[in-house]
Amino acid sequence: MIDVLYFAWVRERIGLPRERLETSAVTVAALVDELRAREERYEAAFADLSSLRVALDQELANFDAPLAGVREVAFFPPMTGG
Amino acid sequence: MRVSVQTDPFDLGAESNAFAAAQTTAGAVVTFTGLVRDNGGTLAAMEIEHYPGMTERAIRAIMDQAVGRWSLEDALVIHRHGRLTAQEPIMMVATAARHRADAFAAAEFLMDYLKSRAPFWKKEIGTDGAEWVAAKAEDEAALTRW
Repeated sequence: MIDVLYFAWVRERIGLPRERLETSAVTVAALVDELRAREERYEAAFADLSSLRVALDQELANFDAPLAGVREVAFFPPMTGG
Repeated sequence: MRVSVQTDPFDLGAESNAFAAAQTTAGAVVTFTGLVRDNGGTLAAMEIEHYPGMTERAIRAIMDQAVGRWSLEDALVIHRHGRLTAQEPIMMVATAARHRADAFAAAEFLMDYLKSRAPFWKKEIGTDGAEWVAAKAEDEAALTRW
């Protein structure tokens, strides 16, 4: 099981802030493919990966990063702090 | 070095004074404060979302990098989240160093990295609708100078 978190407009498009998933995905990209296949709202949120960022266990990562041992995946738009 | 991620307002004067007063070896203190900007007078509020847990970690990691690059005696980052109104302080950075060049450079570095690498997202609530603030290419490009 893996915790998947969504922030900002990703959260709004998907309609929930977090969920617990059973996945066999080996990489972030494979997990994204699984999510996109689920429902239209996921397809809408993940349509353009260049406008998304991902963190694995609260560290920024790439979409080709492996998911082995990861407990928490977060998807969000580019950050706008400061 | 202190990091505070909070909803409450902060007192810029009190924080700056306390930071400066706590120094024992610094000869320079630089502070920067970010305010909620109202572009054109249509802003009703700004909502700032963040990623609890990762936010503090990311800011600490950015501070650690700054300490590794400049001769810093101390640093402070306060960043608010939640609902803010125009001209309210959003965040502040303070740096203390023996000499001003280190304090200025480290403060700019912290600001550049907080903009694009600390997990905050701003949403502008306008009088005619709400919109997420898009990250600017120039903010990402600013990181390359370091």
